Amino acid sequence: MNDIKITIIDREGKSHTVNAPTDMNMNVMELIRSYELAPEGSIGICGGMAMCASCQCYVISDHELPEMDQDEDLMLSEAFFVKDNSRLSCQLFITDAMDGLEVELAPEA
Amino acid sequence: MIQTDILIIGAGPTGLFAVFEAGLLKLKCHLIDALPQPGGQLAELYPKKPIYDIPGFPEILAGDLVDNLMKQIEPFQPGFTLGERAETIDKLEDGTFIVTTDKGTKHHAKVIAIAGGLGSFEPRKPPISNLAYYEDKGVVYMVKDPEIYRDKKVVISGGGDSALDWTIYLADIAKSVTLVHRRNEFRGALDSVDKVQELKNAGKVELITPAEVVALAGDEKLEAVTIQRGSEIIERHCDYFIPLFGLAPKLGPIADWGLEIEKNAIKVDNTLDYQTNIPGIYAIGDINTYPGKLKLILCGFHEATLMCQSAYQRIFPNKRYVLKYTTVGGVQGFDGSKKEAPKAVVKMIE
Ligand SMILES: Cc1cc2nc3c(=O)[nH]c(=O)nc-3n(C[C@H](O)[C@H](O)[C@H](O)COP(=O)(O)OP(=O)(O)OC[C@H]3O[C@@H](n4cnc5c(N)ncnc54)[C@H](O)[C@@H]3O)c2cc1C
Ligand code: FES
Repeated sequence: MNDIKITIIDREGKSHTVNAPTDMNMNVMELIRSYELAPEGSIGICGGMAMCASCQCYVISDHELPEMDQDEDLMLSEAFFVKDNSRLSCQLFITDAMDGLEVELAPEA
Repeated sequence: MIQTDILIIGAGPTGLFAVFEAGLLKLKCHLIDALPQPGGQLAELYPKKPIYDIPGFPEILAGDLVDNLMKQIEPFQPGFTLGERAETIDKLEDGTFIVTTDKGTKHHAKVIAIAGGLGSFEPRKPPISNLAYYEDKGVVYMVKDPEIYRDKKVVISGGGDSALDWTIYLADIAKSVTLVHRRNEFRGALDSVDKVQELKNAGKVELITPAEVVALAGDEKLEAVTIQRGSEIIERHCDYFIPLFGLAPKLGPIADWGLEIEKNAIKVDNTLDYQTNIPGIYAIGDINTYPGKLKLILCGFHEATLMCQSAYQRIFPNKRYVLKYTTVGGVQGFDGSKKEAPKAVVKMIE
């Protein structure tokens, strides 16, 4: 088993701690969809290509996450409700280093 | 009124392929789409990206797949109502339907196939509190007729291609153009970025970055916008504010048609023909849901094919029909065109 724990606060403010596989090349947006923590059609619209910002989240825990690449950075520059700790969850690929990560979904824009 | 056999709501890959399968059964189709071009998500979200799981195509660009589908259905002369959103469905006593768009275009059809994908593509609206109040009073999300901006003061916000393109276009027409973006960097095509730089240097457009439009003002109509750059507040008088932040699909009117909705999709009772809880209305492609549903293009093609067989039986309850392979039966277009496999060559050996 290559599972870690990730906590997701959904758009209603409810917290969910879920098992996240590190061996499936999955990202946090897909994790959220696999547990149906946001309604279908409201997250992952571009399929995870950093092109829609429907998967925007705020990183609450103080994990060191991989740096943003340019696509993510520029997409966030056009997204709404952006804060300093905003990330596109589709660009956060689940790794062992993320054990205990806590993120909150940004409002639907 | 537009008359057709099958009215297809949504001109994505599923809706387009349905035209072909219907055509083989000599059923005529008309498509409605909120977007100005056919292709659905493929055309709007990723036209230049490759797809690797279309059977028989190791790799194909999404835009090319749409072009190919358009070519494939051409013999069946589909009609299109583009740039309009299907708003209401009325079922008549004889079991046929009238579908009306937001612009009032009416369509009369024997059967409806909803191939609405993730919903109709609508502009993404920035969270400015009184934005809705100024819609049609100076706030516009899509530039349709550039002439209305002649000699007007325009503020555009956004950092992608459409914000840059319209800034360039309107610079020649409007009295003034101000482009506001949250960053100094732009995401659009490089030559558009260069062109805006030139226009700025020549004093033809005003660029305010990194900044955001935070408030709108005006009594009867929009008169000014408030722009925030760091702690600095900038006011600009304007006649129009055009926020250009791309399009996102919204289920929209589909939710009001009396159909069973589950997970933002239309529940279909069975996977025999993808009919909804309203007989005569089918839901195919990304828009439907059933146990085991996968939102894939190839699944949409399959669903469209089964739907057409069922639609045929609904329209002609007393006509017998058996499936014919295209290789055997050929393709006879409504335009008189005919495609068929060449006959075997017979030659004697002496
Ligand atoms: C970035 C990305 C990559 C993808 N890659 C793949 C892949 O590799 N392989 C694969 O199989 N799939 C892929 N997909 C999924 C694929 O694009 C969808 O499965 C497919 O587009 C569904 O087709 P559709 O015709 O059912 O719906 P759509 O393509 O969503 O088209 C629906 C159309 O209906 C219109 N519409 C909806 N409601 C209304 C209304 N009321 N009035 C008027 N018009 C309306 C919309 O405007 C839209 O144009 C990808 C999707 C994305 C976003
Ligand atoms: S899913 Fe579209 S940006 Fe993440």
